[in-house]
Amino acid sequence: MPAHHSNQPANQGRRNFLKNTGQLLIGFSLTQAPFAVHAEGMPFATPRVEEDSINAWIRIDAEGNVTVLTGKTELGQGIKTALMQMAAEELDVNMKRIRIIIADTGQTSDERYTAGSASIEGSGRAIRMAAAEARKRLLDMAAGKLNAPVSGLTVKDGIITATATGQSISYGALLNGKSIEGEVTGKAPLKDPSTYTLVGTAYPREDIVAMATGQPVYVQDLRMPGMLHARILRPPVYGATLTALPENKLTGLAGIIKLVRNGSFVGIVAQEEYQAVKALRVLQQSATWNKPPLQPMLPELFNKMAAQTDNGEIVEKNDSVDPAIAAAAVQHEAVYKRPYQMHGSMGPSCAMAQWKDDQLMVWSHTQGVYPLRSTLADLLSIPESKIRVMAVPGAGCYGHNGADDVGADAALLAMAVPGKPVRVQWMREDEHTWEPYGSAMLLRLKGGLDAQGNLLALKTELWSDTHIARPGGRAGHFIAGRDLEKPFTFSPGRFSGGSYRNAVPLYNTPRQVILYNYKGPLRTSALRSLGAYANIFALESFIDELAHKAGKDPAAFRMQYLNDDRAKAVIQLLIDKTNWKERISKKGAGLGIAFAQYKNEAAYFAIVAEVQVDKTARQYRLVKLTGAIEAGQAINIDGIKNQTAGGMIQSASWTMLESVRYNATGIQSRNWDTYPILRFNAVPDTEVFVINRPELPPLGAGEAAQGPVAAAIANAIFHATGTRLRELPLKL
Amino acid sequence: MEKTVVLNVNGKAWSLNIDPEMPLLYALRNNLQLNGPKYGCGLHQCGNCMVLMDGKAQPSCMMPCAAAAAHTITTLEGIGSGSSLHPVQKAIIEEQAAQCGYCLNGVIICAKALLEENKHPSDAEIREALQRVLCRCGTHTRFISAIKKAAAANAG
Ligand code: FES
Ligand code: FES
Repeated sequence: MPAHHSNQPANQGRRNFLKNTGQLLIGFSLTQAPFAVHAEGMPFATPRVEEDSINAWIRIDAEGNVTVLTGKTELGQGIKTALMQMAAEELDVNMKRIRIIIADTGQTSDERYTAGSASIEGSGRAIRMAAAEARKRLLDMAAGKLNAPVSGLTVKDGIITATATGQSISYGALLNGKSIEGEVTGKAPLKDPSTYTLVGTAYPREDIVAMATGQPVYVQDLRMPGMLHARILRPPVYGATLTALPENKLTGLAGIIKLVRNGSFVGIVAQEEYQAVKALRVLQQSATWNKPPLQPMLPELFNKMAAQTDNGEIVEKNDSVDPAIAAAAVQHEAVYKRPYQMHGSMGPSCAMAQWKDDQLMVWSHTQGVYPLRSTLADLLSIPESKIRVMAVPGAGCYGHNGADDVGADAALLAMAVPGKPVRVQWMREDEHTWEPYGSAMLLRLKGGLDAQGNLLALKTELWSDTHIARPGGRAGHFIAGRDLEKPFTFSPGRFSGGSYRNAVPLYNTPRQVILYNYKGPLRTSALRSLGAYANIFALESFIDELAHKAGKDPAAFRMQYLNDDRAKAVIQLLIDKTNWKERISKKGAGLGIAFAQYKNEAAYFAIVAEVQVDKTARQYRLVKLTGAIEAGQAINIDGIKNQTAGGMIQSASWTMLESVRYNATGIQSRNWDTYPILRFNAVPDTEVFVINRPELPPLGAGEAAQGPVAAAIANAIFHATGTRLRELPLKL
Repeated sequence: MEKTVVLNVNGKAWSLNIDPEMPLLYALRNNLQLNGPKYGCGLHQCGNCMVLMDGKAQPSCMMPCAAAAAHTITTLEGIGSGSSLHPVQKAIIEEQAAQCGYCLNGVIICAKALLEENKHPSDAEIREALQRVLCRCGTHTRFISAIKKAAAANAG
């Protein structure tokens, strides 16, 4: 018998675990499993899953239903469906047989963060390999039972048939309730993409049915018997310390269970949600704080940034760049600015936690259950083995927002009311003022053209605060961690790659890139595409400026300096689809193009923006965005289109409207009135074309649109008006 | 402080002992355990908490329960479910018009209210009807096509 046996006691225990929880695993629905966990006493420690074992990723029950396990989380990007498609395809089963369990330290492998558009490349690859391995083992088993060579077997919806005899047996019957154990060797044959029937199709997301009918889907919808509600009293500004908290003001308020105070961290736990909200308002009015002022202000911030030139980090070095630009017939220099911008999730961050029997359970919309767990262990000084973090979807997150912070809030409060599940939800104002923003950035580009308008060299200097401040085991990365009586200190990671993401031009010309790490006044971390948004905005605006100076069609100018045929193909597709050549030659039409390959290694994306300008009113309207994307093998074409169109609209919103306002007393963008985003009447029409290359590995696509859209809009405004806008958001 | 307030939600009268000042949204989500209406801002700025009040789309996050008692309220759950989906829900699912879906409640409620009044809305009228709803994932263009599809299905 093939290796689905193993006699080590540890595995025995694990099999029992699987058996005990089999029902739950298979019947996993978004609603029941998160509730059931504590009641059923599922283990808190990480399952003893070796990442190279098949059943770390794929499990098949006696009925032939398949459970896929991923350490990645669903953030609205549709990852569940795409991963299920990959497993179903490789195993040759119908989608109806597939279930999925997303990140949970009690069940899934540690796949760190769901970020960087890397889920399909990482988790998808692992699941595909495990599914192929499982299929191979099942075929080997069936060959014995059916007395036929493996080459004489076919599989349809998990039923293996011997072509010669017509005899068949199902996956479920073969396994008979046992799990497929053994390693993913990487040697199992993968299906030929030309035979795919599921991957590459627009398989619909089933979770949309639940969303459209009001079933519980989100962490915000979790309810448990005996659950308490809580709110957090946040400081008025970063670094403020609580000087007085007149607790007597709460006297007479109904439903208050506990006021939790630890240094400047204050939480109020109440029987009912609105009681917690009311108490919070009372506390906000009565608490007094020692408030350090915020500075520097915008636009002084950009001057301060530019003045910092003593710690440059050479990202890309080429000594010929400075002399080439100095000697160029046409020299050009321009400065671009990006303000702080928000994730602005529709659902304020929310978490539930329960401290019971010396174990802490946390339900969270975090992007990384394992890193959150290790950071909670640091915060609470309890071992990781006593903490279990389970991912439950929240509203779209777009990067590192308040999800981890509210998880810490919930954990701290749960410890104060043992036994009780505590649900904490941030108020809108908490989300707007405390989420880590996308950093403000300053970019100075220089370039040279020869007398014929040929590009000679490009130089980029950029200034940015960190884009990576996720909690990776250090509690100082939680807001609450810094407010405690014995505060944890915050030390940003030294990795500055997020800042210079996409700063190195893909264009074939000598280039030099220098990064200055600048510590600004606001809290920053990963916002969808990180530094790529501003870097591509600057680069693709600058290329447009150079094309104009060279007297060349900006699309053709780009093509001239791209060596990669895949890059050229997305631009060419847009040129064809938008009737580019004819329309760009018309003055005042308002057409702009931009391109980037995300991270210079993920999806290729090009975009044409069309604007209408009302010069007298000094206003413009974004009429349409047409995008072309190539992400290698498309797993779910419709999913890629949906994500890309969404990214285009979100980036248009950042680009046209968004900027975090603050003054010395703190953040002033406290809600949607003071931080407006695009509403329906201003949203452009969108169209997305996907180039599918089934023979190539899939590439991350979720963040490809962010940078190019900004530049395309600026370029379109220039085309319409002759005015070059270099500061985001773009205002005429 | 608590009082008995009778709320008429999804065709049933619910007698609740609650703080009459409490905004309707909290009663819907916590007392009636409905998930459709969602908290997004509590300030009438995002539309996540939309319900139908006497057939009109209205946010529920600031209206006290005491005032809501005078109205007939329908939530997303009351619009359609399972095999009896409302045409707007059906079209949203068919068009795969959602990413995170958090804003879907507001979109569907506003679309239903619109189609009750205007069987053949133009693009501009659809945008106007959804103006109070924010979507951060950028699913807008799919929402608009889904609502057009629902209108066509209704008419056909
Ligand atoms: S929650 Fe009511 S409008 Fe935002
Ligand atoms: S789909 Fe996520 S907010 Fe609209």
